[in-house]
Amino acid sequence: MFSRLVNMDRRYVFILVALAVIIPMLFSVSLPVSISEPTQNLYDYIENLPKGSTIMLAFDYGPSSLAELNPMARALLIQCFRKGVNVVALTLYADGTTLASTLIKEVAEEMNAIDGEDYVFLGFRPGATQVILGMGTEIAGVFETDLSGKPLSEIPMMKDIVNYDQIDLLVDLASSATPDAWIIYANVQYNLKIGAGVTGVMISQMFPYLQTGQLVGLMSGILGAAEYENLVGMPAKGMQWINVESFVHLLVVLLVVIGNIAYFAHRSREET
Amino acid sequence: MDLIGIWVAAFLTLCIYSFLYRDNPLYRFAEHLFVGISVGYGIVLSIHQGFLPLAWKPFWEAITFKDPSGLWVIIPIAFGLLFFARLSPKHTWLIRYPIAVLIGYGSGIAIPNVLRANIFEQTRGTLQPFGKMTETIAANGDTIPALSTFEIFGAILMVIGVICTLTYFFFSVEHRGPIKGLSKVGIAFLMIGFGSAFGNTVMGRVALLIQRVDFLMFDWIASFGTIFNSIF
Repeated sequence: MFSRLVNMDRRYVFILVALAVIIPMLFSVSLPVSISEPTQNLYDYIENLPKGSTIMLAFDYGPSSLAELNPMARALLIQCFRKGVNVVALTLYADGTTLASTLIKEVAEEMNAIDGEDYVFLGFRPGATQVILGMGTEIAGVFETDLSGKPLSEIPMMKDIVNYDQIDLLVDLASSATPDAWIIYANVQYNLKIGAGVTGVMISQMFPYLQTGQLVGLMSGILGAAEYENLVGMPAKGMQWINVESFVHLLVVLLVVIGNIAYFAHRSREET
Repeated sequence: MDLIGIWVAAFLTLCIYSFLYRDNPLYRFAEHLFVGISVGYGIVLSIHQGFLPLAWKPFWEAITFKDPSGLWVIIPIAFGLLFFARLSPKHTWLIRYPIAVLIGYGSGIAIPNVLRANIFEQTRGTLQPFGKMTETIAANGDTIPALSTFEIFGAILMVIGVICTLTYFFFSVEHRGPIKGLSKVGIAFLMIGFGSAFGNTVMGRVALLIQRVDFLMFDWIASFGTIFNSIF
C-alpha cells in the first residue's frame, strides 16, 4: 500500500486539489477570519486621516497577480471614497494600466466618486526609480497628464498637490520588489509614509520593514485582502476565496503528512 | 462583446491547465500567445506613456520652435540611441557610454539610500526594543509602557537569530567550535524563514487557482445560460 502511495501518479493530487477548490465554492462555506496587526495598522492609519487627505495608490502588478491584489485594491478604494480621502493612482507596471483603470472606474461608480475630484489615475511611466524620485520633486514633471490626457494643472483635485509633501500615505499593491523601491527612494529620501499590500510570495520579504516602522501596515496575500474586506465591512471575493483556501491548505497539510508516513514506511520496509 | 471575452479567457485558461495532464499543443499555443501579447502590450504602452510624452513631444516642440526649452532632451535621446551601437560590430564600443552613465547614476542614487533603508534602519529596528525594557518618559512627557515578557523574549530571539544567521554567512573564518554551533543555529533560523516563505507561496499560488476556478464556474458556466436564452 505504501509503495503504491509513494509511486502514485501526481495527477491524482491535482484532482484532489481541484475538488478541494470546487466543493467549498459550490457550498459557500464561511469560516471566521481574525484580523492581523499589520492589516489593522494600515486600516487604522487611513481611517485616522482627516477628510480631504490624499493617498497615493500604486497598482504595481499585472494580470498574473490580480487574484490576490485586486480584492485589496477594491477594499482600499472603498475605504478612501467612503471617508472622503482623495486617491492619486498610478502604476509602475505597463501591464497594470488597464487593470487599474477598470477597477478604479468600477469602484468609483459604485461609491459615486468623481474622476478629477475624488480620484485621479495618472497611468504608467517606465523607469520605476526615476518615476519615484521625480515625483518627489514634482508629480507633474513625471506625469504631465492623467491617463486620459488631461493636463494635471486642469484637474481640480491636483490643484494643491505638487509632490510627496501633499501626500499623506502611499500604498503599494505589489507583485514584485516595488515596495523596496518605494521605501528606499520615497521613504528614505522624501520621508513619505508607506503601506503595502503584497502577494503571498513576498510576505516574508516585507516583515523586516514592519518592525522598523518603514511600513505603516501590510496586507498579506489573499488573507490580507479578506481581512481588509472585513474591516471595511464589505465582504467580497477576498472573503469568499480565503474560505476556499483554508480547505486547500487542510488538504496540503494532510498530503504532506500522508506523503511523509508513506515515504518512511516504504523506506523502512525496503531496508528490512 | 463581454461574452466573446469570457469564452476566449475560458478557452485559454483551460488550454493552460491542460498542461497538468501532459504537455500538448494547446498549452504551447496559449503560452506563446501570452508571451507575445505581454511583450507587444508592454512595448506599445512604453511608447505611448514613456517615449512619446517624455522624449518625442518635447523634442518635436523644440525643433518646430513651439517650446525651445525642450531641446535638452536631445542629450538623453542621443545617449539612449547609443545602445543600438551594439548592432554594428564596428561601433559596439560606443555602448560603453550609456552603460557608464546608467551604472554611475544608478549606484550614486542607490548606495546611500539602500544603506540607510536596509542596513541602518534594520539594525536600529533590531536593537530598538532593548531601549523599551522598562517604562520610559518620552520628550513630550508621555509615558511609554515597558515591553511585555513575550515582547522581550521576541526581541532577544531576534538578536540571536540575526547574529547566528550572519555568522553562517561569515566565511572569513573556518566554521569550527563555537562558530560552527552559531552557524548551525543560523541554519535553523534560515530554515524557519524558508518554511514561512514556502507556506506563503503556497497560499499565493492556490489563490491564483481559486480565482480561475471562480471565473470558470461563475462567469463562463453562467454564460451558457445567456447563450441558451438568446437562442431559444
